[in-house]
Amino acid sequence: MIRWRIGGLSGRWDRREVVVGTVAAVATVVMAIVALGAGDLTVSPVGVVKALLGTGDPAAELAIREWQAPRVLAALAFGAALALSGAIFQLLTRNPLGSPDIIGFGVGSYTGALVVTLLFSGGYLATAGGALVGGIATAAVVYALAFQQGVGGFRLVICGVAISSMLAAVNYWLILRAELSEAMSAAQWGAGTLETITWQMTTPALCVIAVLMVGVGALSRRHPVFELGPEFGRTLGADSRLSRIGLPVLGVALTAAATAVAGPIAFISLSAPHIARRLVGGGRTPLTVTALLGSLLLIVSDIVAARAFSPRVLPVGVVTVCLGGIYLCYLLYREMRQEQ
Amino acid sequence: MTAISTRLGAADLTLGYGEKAIARNLTVDIPDNRFTVIIGPNACGKSTLLRALSRLLAPTAGSVVLDGKSIEKYSTKEVAKILGLLPQTSIPPEDIRVAELVSRGRYPHQRFLRQWSQADEDAVTAAMEATGVAHLAGERVDRLSGGQRQRVWVALVLAQETPLVLLDEPTTYLDIAFQVELLDLCRRLQREENRTVVAVLHDLNQACRYADHIIAMRGGEVIAAGAPAQVVTADLVADVFGLACRIIADPESNSPLIIPIWQDA
Repeated sequence: MIRWRIGGLSGRWDRREVVVGTVAAVATVVMAIVALGAGDLTVSPVGVVKALLGTGDPAAELAIREWQAPRVLAALAFGAALALSGAIFQLLTRNPLGSPDIIGFGVGSYTGALVVTLLFSGGYLATAGGALVGGIATAAVVYALAFQQGVGGFRLVICGVAISSMLAAVNYWLILRAELSEAMSAAQWGAGTLETITWQMTTPALCVIAVLMVGVGALSRRHPVFELGPEFGRTLGADSRLSRIGLPVLGVALTAAATAVAGPIAFISLSAPHIARRLVGGGRTPLTVTALLGSLLLIVSDIVAARAFSPRVLPVGVVTVCLGGIYLCYLLYREMRQEQ
Repeated sequence: MTAISTRLGAADLTLGYGEKAIARNLTVDIPDNRFTVIIGPNACGKSTLLRALSRLLAPTAGSVVLDGKSIEKYSTKEVAKILGLLPQTSIPPEDIRVAELVSRGRYPHQRFLRQWSQADEDAVTAAMEATGVAHLAGERVDRLSGGQRQRVWVALVLAQETPLVLLDEPTTYLDIAFQVELLDLCRRLQREENRTVVAVLHDLNQACRYADHIIAMRGGEVIAAGAPAQVVTADLVADVFGLACRIIADPESNSPLIIPIWQDA
């Protein structure tokens, strides 16, 4: 622990958290530079740095600024947003497997987007709007069903699974009755992709996410207290009206901002808080590290999605799902070995 | 009888979960700087009363009064500086260390830019020393024995530095030596630090021995309240617990000692 006091101000930082956070930040910057050069026009990392400093090749500079920069920034911001959203839902459900997907957000936003694109042939903005409405409406329904003198984690998970399964069936039906080309592009969106992102889409999402992160920061000190359970949350004074409303709203809004633009990207919300806890230890969910790991995971996944099977491009959601599967298998394997 | 001051009390409380009322017309006063013990058979509403007193449960009617004002009128953080509660069971976060867990009791005293003052440090150290867990500061809580773990949770509540401390069945799952140790600790808190301690206990003899003030409940009602020597009689035990008994003086503490009578004699 590093303790500091300056006048009336004071705080303490966990040494391991500082180290892990720094390493994650450096790794994220490095991978972002790699990603900036991994567009249709391949640029070496040195070339990317030169282009960023304005002393590089003009063609590379243009490609990076206009095509790669919005996509990379979106990956960084969405990764962090999804990760923080996951941390909030794991806290609210008191379940390490809790995530915004648990309350049906991803499936609901997909339903919204499908209805808009397939039934009303809406454009990009309409799709984003439909996803937003679908996701938030689903979350609200699940929350309302689970509500019984406060929201219990277990009820929330069960209601979420029930509603998600029903909506998944609706989604299949919508895709089955659609034209092939429409169904293909809808499925691409449904897997979560950063392929088609432009500045017009990235800028508003970045602004929204920045505001939401300030909110997360303001409520962040309450997290360690909530982790002790609902009773201590209340008797230690962390469970106020502000956090009861604020935390679920922030959790949903963070996922919504990313999903509206990129489609439902799985696994980041679930795994980033989990990995952060494991790396830092000491029984806390370090939010800064969680956000950084979310960014890192998504940017790496996006590089893999764009490059691994080149020239064929995968939706980034497919990569994150695969990584998620591998990670969960590893966790189960470890747990089984510990039990023996 | 001299009037005893009370900061915490309840007037005409009706308590329940949903439609079902568990307790009606409860009126209790918690005497300041005393050790109060709530006793009664299972499901008599004693833990429910404690939850209401600590504002975990909002009463359906009546109100809990703290310093002359309804407790609902305070912010949660204001209450958290006056009143601490040890819940019946708590699960520590995975791989948390003792000192870190205890330090979370400081939350109500911290602010955004004052997250770890000298007062926080001192309170955590003092709480760990008072509960005898200072030497375990760097240990993982999930690797401690049941008795040690319970003392760590008590330390967390002590670090909160509240004048009122409420404990919900703090001795459950502890073996007899740890039970006595914990109750001795509660008594020390009340005697040496002038805190008001309220505990729900199962063991009548322990209640009589340690309490300055006993509240006996049955079926959601307060049957009797007062000093153990005056309140605990064979009639009361028969009335509250349905147990025929003799009462003798505890040879060690002179408090009432309940001896059940052979039922088949």
